[in-house]
Amino acid sequence: MGRARALFAALASIPITLFGLVLVTFVIGRVMPIDPVLAMVGDNAPASVRERARLELGLDKPLPEQFVIYLTRLAHGQLGSSVATGNPVTSDIARFFPATLELATVALVVALGVGIPLGVLAASRQGSWVDQVVRVISLSGSSVPVFVLALVALLVFYATLGWAPGPGRQDVFFQDTVPPRSGLLLLDAALAGDWDSLRDAARHIVLPALVLASLNMANVARMTRAFMLDALSSEYITTARAKGLSAARVLWRHAFGNILVRLITVVALAYAGLLEGAVLTETVFSWPGLGQYLTGSLLNADMNAVLGATLVVGITYVLLNMTADLLYKALDPRVT
Amino acid sequence: MIDRRTLLGTAAATPLALAFLPGVAQAETPKDTMVMGMAIEDIVSVDPQESFEFSAGEMLGNVYDRLVLPDLADPTQIKPDLAASWSMSDDGLTMTFKMAPGRKFASGAPVTAEDAAFTFQRAVILDKSPAFIVNQFGFTAANVAQKIRAIDPETLAVTIAEKGSPSFLLYCLSAAVGMIVEKKTVMAHAAGSDMGNAWLKAGNSAGSGPYQLRSYKASESAALEANPNASNPAKLRRVLILHRAEPSTQLLGLQKGDLDIARNLTPDQLAMMGKDPAYALVTAPKSYINYLALNQNHPELAKLQVRQAFKWAIDYAGIAAAITPNTWEPHQSFLPKGFPGALTDLPFKKDVAKAKALLAEAGVPNGFEITIDHASVAPYSDWAQAIQANLAEIGIKATLLAGDRKQVITKTRARQHQIAMVSWGSDYMDPHSNAETFNINTDNSDAQKNRTLCWRSNWKDDDFTARAIEAQKEPDAKRRIALYERLQRDHQERSPFVLLAQQVEVAAMRKTTTGLELALLSDRSKYTAVAKA
Repeated sequence: MGRARALFAALASIPITLFGLVLVTFVIGRVMPIDPVLAMVGDNAPASVRERARLELGLDKPLPEQFVIYLTRLAHGQLGSSVATGNPVTSDIARFFPATLELATVALVVALGVGIPLGVLAASRQGSWVDQVVRVISLSGSSVPVFVLALVALLVFYATLGWAPGPGRQDVFFQDTVPPRSGLLLLDAALAGDWDSLRDAARHIVLPALVLASLNMANVARMTRAFMLDALSSEYITTARAKGLSAARVLWRHAFGNILVRLITVVALAYAGLLEGAVLTETVFSWPGLGQYLTGSLLNADMNAVLGATLVVGITYVLLNMTADLLYKALDPRVT
Repeated sequence: MIDRRTLLGTAAATPLALAFLPGVAQAETPKDTMVMGMAIEDIVSVDPQESFEFSAGEMLGNVYDRLVLPDLADPTQIKPDLAASWSMSDDGLTMTFKMAPGRKFASGAPVTAEDAAFTFQRAVILDKSPAFIVNQFGFTAANVAQKIRAIDPETLAVTIAEKGSPSFLLYCLSAAVGMIVEKKTVMAHAAGSDMGNAWLKAGNSAGSGPYQLRSYKASESAALEANPNASNPAKLRRVLILHRAEPSTQLLGLQKGDLDIARNLTPDQLAMMGKDPAYALVTAPKSYINYLALNQNHPELAKLQVRQAFKWAIDYAGIAAAITPNTWEPHQSFLPKGFPGALTDLPFKKDVAKAKALLAEAGVPNGFEITIDHASVAPYSDWAQAIQANLAEIGIKATLLAGDRKQVITKTRARQHQIAMVSWGSDYMDPHSNAETFNINTDNSDAQKNRTLCWRSNWKDDDFTARAIEAQKEPDAKRRIALYERLQRDHQERSPFVLLAQQVEVAAMRKTTTGLELALLSDRSKYTAVAKA
């Protein structure tokens, strides 16, 4: 009964959170000192065209009425049209979001694949040089701005060493060769059996994914280390050691096994952070994802697109958080 | 049997593993393809009767032809293109065009007067942003079918509402909105009353230019393919335009050979490329000018001597040399260099003593405080700081208000600025395009619909308004140019606009690529002659 009530409370909080998100974003978009009509028709358009655009955008109505109209359309799945692309925002998001999802997912795999072992290693050798090295790596990962790291990575691995391909999702030789199905290029190329395209897409995703993963990799390593230190100081670990179990078994089976549940929250937040953090990485790497779409829309004062993209990021964030909460409650009997 | 953990692990590791397999990426771009890095997020539409942006204009200028074109070498002359010849009726109201024989669309169909009439009718009926360029001759959705019509497949008649300058009509018809589309193809894809707008915007084309649009993905890429039926065939088979927002990314792409041409490098990067023998720079002045707008509702700025003091206080040459050596050059008249009748001499230079004397004459010998709104990005922010320092030398204390470019424009449209540093790009290659906005203000009240740059700065001078209208309507082409030259000279002396600089577009190319032609108006830049060694 308690769990059902908790689930209901978690679900009920979603629309309230999203309403707040939409309200804040909408108001910021409308009160900022930029005329949305400028974005739609430019500075040189004649008065008649400007007036028509103003009516189309509903700017002749009071702000509360504009918000109600927006919410009504939103309830029908309509996010309006983007000024920059001329397409419905929903179809733009359907086109751009998979690229971000693919990049963030690969980045998450990297962040977890490197961050967790580093955290475990540092905790198992607390105070040693290994621990210090991991701490320095974590600190640098957290403190270097992602766009600086992106530019340096391009300069070193693309321009100087030639190990990585240039910006973009594909080489020019592979443009438009893979029929889009899911929008996830790696998956689409594999489904089409186009192995050259798959290899090209994989080569292109590695560098932006590594850059994007750097911040979260540092966070994951730090959190894993903290959880592991906590676990390793527990009595059941002393008991396990007293029973003569091998160090590896104690470390991975008994200590690490018990922090997995706590890592769920870290992973969920890391994934959400990667989806958000893609904004700058995508701009530098010319990655045609939601981050680049959002940046371009902001610069063009394309408010329908900004609202739509923000909403998608917000929904993803809320859903990931909720999933983490529910999993936490489901897996840990101590949490009610 | 594979277990779940192995499957997940393998899936996760696949991209990383594949990445280190022997490369398939090429060091060079394909020999038959021009690959260009360019910021193209400004594109709203690739329908020529809707498009009004620089990047789209350039792309479409290579896909469509027009009836006539201004001669870029001598902009006072108009050259034939799809129209072989033209003549004005005795009453000065009807211009008749004879279509050039043998011109074909990419579909293979001949270009006819019916297509030309349809194009202009479409512009008027769709009534998108650039429609005013043709609408100013009295065309409406109700009358355009009678006013612009095909007499026969080779003859087009355009009847305007009142007698005016024939050259003004020709220059306006040569604007990007007049790019001729194939009626049959466009209407075959019409949805409802959109006259094929959605189909064209989706990345399709129906033109007779050297290329045809094969795909367009907003803020991502555009692909052009050579039109086999073009009268002036392109040398390369394909053009690929890749959206690269970051200049650094463009530079790296050019250096690594992934790009043949980079279009948006910074002045520093261009200076570096200019010294490297592996690259060539292509330059052309653009019809984009930067200026200070002095709002005349400010009591001090409304004084003629104060306006002149500003013009003598600024170090135009020093600013251009230090901040924008490759990308902007000093320019001091409202018509950009390259336009018919444009004045290119530079009457103003920094003269602190003269500027101070003018301030004293205006009754403010110790200067005053003022604010300058400007865009917060380079080079505008650097210019603003330099101008602030120049003004300080004559006692004017300027406070800089940095903001987003659109924010600054919004403020000037609301007439809330004191001084604003803004830019203006011409809509079409007739002097009236800029003369109107920099001179005409018929009603300075808030009820005014035509919010020209004069209106935005509360400057209403009936003499300038009348002379700009007179020049627009002058039927004699030579006398018309002379009127514009005198108007610019007086404008320099009396207007509240301090013209600062004209943009110079610079493209960096690998030495193996040649033939890119940049032009004053983006829609005249050409890829036709681009070739690769």
